[in-house]
Amino acid sequence: MTQLVKINVTVNGVPYEREVEPRLLLSDFIRHDLKLTGTHVGCEHGLCGACTILFDGQSVRSCIMFAVMADGHKIETVESLGTPEHLHPLQEAFMEKHALQCGFCTPGFLMTIVDYLGDNKNPTDEEIREAIDGNYCRCTGYENIVEAVKLAAKKMAAHS
Amino acid sequence: MAERVFHKSILRNEDPQILAGKAQYLDDIELPGLLYAAFKRSDYAHARLKSIDVSEARALPGVIGVYTAEDFGDLVKPGPLQVPPPTAIKGATYSSRTLMPIAKDKVRYSGEPVAVVIAESRYIAEDACDYIYPDYEPLEAVIDLEKALQPGATLVHEDLPSNEAAHVVQERGNYAEAAKKADVIIKKKIYVDRVAAAALENRGIVINWDEKAQMMTIWCGTQSPITLRNATASRMGLFENQVRVITPFTGGGFGPKINTSMPDDVLLTELAVRLNRPIKWYEDRRENFLATTSERDQVHYAEIALTKEGKFLGFKDVFYHNSGAYDPYMMTVPLNTQTHTVSNYNIPNFYTEITMVFSNEMVVTPVRGAGRPQGVFVMERMIDAAARELKMDVAEIRRINLIQPDAYPVSTGIIGQDFVEGVLDSGDYPTALAKAMSMIDYKKFREEIQPKARAEGKHLGIGICTFTEGTGVGPYEGAKITVGGNGKVSVATGVATQGQAHYTTFAQIAAEQLGVEVKDVKVVTGDTGAFAWGAGTFASRGATVAGTAIHLAAVKVKDKALKLASKILETPESELELVGGYIQVADIPGKKISLGELASMANPMRGTFPPGAEPGLEAVAYYGPPYGATGAGCMAMILDVDAETMKPKIERLVMVHDCGIPINPMVVEGQVHGGIQMGIGNAFFEKVFYDETGQLLTASFMDYLFPQATDMPPKIEMGHTEIPSPLNPLGIKGVGEAGAIPTPAVFTQALEDALYDTGVEIMESNLSPSKVYSYVMKAKGA
Repeated sequence: MTQLVKINVTVNGVPYEREVEPRLLLSDFIRHDLKLTGTHVGCEHGLCGACTILFDGQSVRSCIMFAVMADGHKIETVESLGTPEHLHPLQEAFMEKHALQCGFCTPGFLMTIVDYLGDNKNPTDEEIREAIDGNYCRCTGYENIVEAVKLAAKKMAAHS
Repeated sequence: MAERVFHKSILRNEDPQILAGKAQYLDDIELPGLLYAAFKRSDYAHARLKSIDVSEARALPGVIGVYTAEDFGDLVKPGPLQVPPPTAIKGATYSSRTLMPIAKDKVRYSGEPVAVVIAESRYIAEDACDYIYPDYEPLEAVIDLEKALQPGATLVHEDLPSNEAAHVVQERGNYAEAAKKADVIIKKKIYVDRVAAAALENRGIVINWDEKAQMMTIWCGTQSPITLRNATASRMGLFENQVRVITPFTGGGFGPKINTSMPDDVLLTELAVRLNRPIKWYEDRRENFLATTSERDQVHYAEIALTKEGKFLGFKDVFYHNSGAYDPYMMTVPLNTQTHTVSNYNIPNFYTEITMVFSNEMVVTPVRGAGRPQGVFVMERMIDAAARELKMDVAEIRRINLIQPDAYPVSTGIIGQDFVEGVLDSGDYPTALAKAMSMIDYKKFREEIQPKARAEGKHLGIGICTFTEGTGVGPYEGAKITVGGNGKVSVATGVATQGQAHYTTFAQIAAEQLGVEVKDVKVVTGDTGAFAWGAGTFASRGATVAGTAIHLAAVKVKDKALKLASKILETPESELELVGGYIQVADIPGKKISLGELASMANPMRGTFPPGAEPGLEAVAYYGPPYGATGAGCMAMILDVDAETMKPKIERLVMVHDCGIPINPMVVEGQVHGGIQMGIGNAFFEKVFYDETGQLLTASFMDYLFPQATDMPPKIEMGHTEIPSPLNPLGIKGVGEAGAIPTPAVFTQALEDALYDTGVEIMESNLSPSKVYSYVMKAKGA
């Protein structure tokens, strides 16, 4: 039987101590062990970006990391942003600009963008396209996502 | 009067839940005692399966069972046809060879399941697949469609005389006669290659068999929950009401999720009962490429006959359509190609011939566009070849041949996927063309911008094509609308949702009649426990067909509510109105009753009930169109091509389209944007590539290039025309596939125009920089 490894990880501000197989993907750990199913898995080989989370504040793909690599680290998932009743300004912007359809890729976009807007508070269209180029969306053609990021930047500037 | 909510860009009801990560998608579902499935898939495209050793896999800790064909007995037989053959077409021949749930004796495509593992975890199930040892005798793979039909070719199905899966000829007028009168005849061979739907969420299924209740619940992101329920029930000897199919939030469909009686749902429903434990299976991306159907692959031999003034006299198209290893979806895709080849042009003489061919590749079923992009690509490429020959402007040659706005309804003489003769119900193609030309400044581009760019050594090209989109086909959909005691409205319909905003657009249709807020309408789609009848989400029909049924049901509920309120308020119905969740007497403030109260009163618990009455503020309605509603449009594009690297940049993209009266214009634009993205992918980035042995070389997003944000034009410039369909009371037409249909044709036209100085002619879609480079080299004689 595979040996289990004890890890301590803080997700969305909540500390967890868990025993995991060394090969357990971080995405599966988040989704199935912690039941935080807002993080989605679209390709399991690090291309589509649906599984993007913040790892010590940096956006990363959780499907190409192991859970054991998160030991001692802080993670934020889409559940950290807002609730259906009180959306984060970025989530509001996505809704207002119709930047999601099936919504499967959306959590990954949100986590990529929330990180990006922390670094670049007033990006141009081209910069936004570069920033989201690692996230795949099959429904929207990306244009409304670009619009949502611009709107979010404004909203977040107003909030801060 | 209540505020109008139909034909309005209303923000989506479903968004807050999705955005907060609280929407439940398939793989989010967990049940006590859940087991996990993994499939061992064939590494060969065509081979005899001599034996299979599963003993090591069975011995792996955590493995519950490993099953091969011999463990499934009578279940191992061809499944049902998903779509019937087009018997309405005279002379059509076909051989149906439907999917086997698991390979027995022979594998016919790379990825066909040869064993299934059930284990305590997904990781263990996938491990076990590596300990399964099939013994194959490889056979020659049937890949080339034309070689496949030659005498002596290796057979995909050895009980058939050839690899021909179907043959259909349709003709209006007489092409041969028209060709005799033509000044010019042009003949070309045209290829369209294969693409994947590549929904961001892969396919999967969760099955729970409750032995004590004798009830099966299936969660599946299927586009056709009713079909999945019916096929499962009849296969297992259950009543339909013993199987409930629930579609959770679904991460895109785009066609392939329509299929049922696939190996996964057939085998796993059986095993869930046998093991009396719930089972989950969810593809990873590699498996999605191997196990999920795809589409497009056709080879066309086309001919166009014209006068020297550029008037079309006739069109002939003889084409080969790859059905893949089996043909459960029959001829839907190639019939769509036939109906969309010449539909928006006046062409009195049209001959179209399908030969559908079995191959050792994945089964072909519709992918967004579904045969339409091929038809449009062939026609538009031929028109461009004709324009080149006649030295005519590409927009002008189209303009003089378009069907005129006073011609509707136009019978096309060609029977389509709904087995009735095509009729164009409404439209205005010349206006769409003129609008697109004006939006993209066609004249200025030709006269000023392009000559200047060329003088500077730039390669700037323009493309402009028109298209139609057959949508909203039958047979029918239905809906049940119920006003709750809470005063809110519940809408249930049989179609399923994969991101099309049905939770909002359907709510708008109901709210428009019932005077409630859109957010107070709860829409349930794709839950057979909530609504048990219908065909499914395909062919851009959800909004048109189910939407119309919802409208009709809402009108019935409204009538019922008004009648009851009229008695209670002692006021004639004509003086009542539905506003803000109340029925009120117009002009008498305060004389009103809430819909919730009325709903409770409509369901008396004591007393008497009049004969013929029906309880509740509830109604069911069904709608089936005589034929589909035809959307249409015109796309124009300006491409800037780097003549050294062949990298194209889309500088501008204009899309003028007509989908009748849009329920929610914001949603319509979103649909068009997404379709265009897929079309751009199909034109230049995406290609499902099988090698000559039938190996799939593009089974990851490393190899299958998915259009990213930087691959798209800076802005999609939309022009709307709203020509109501006379076929339904709301005047709506579908729009789900519009964007995907013309894009490869427009892109290729613009590419040729950009590379004008090479003389290149490109009769192929699914290009790439290296492919374009090889065309250019060929044109230069290098």
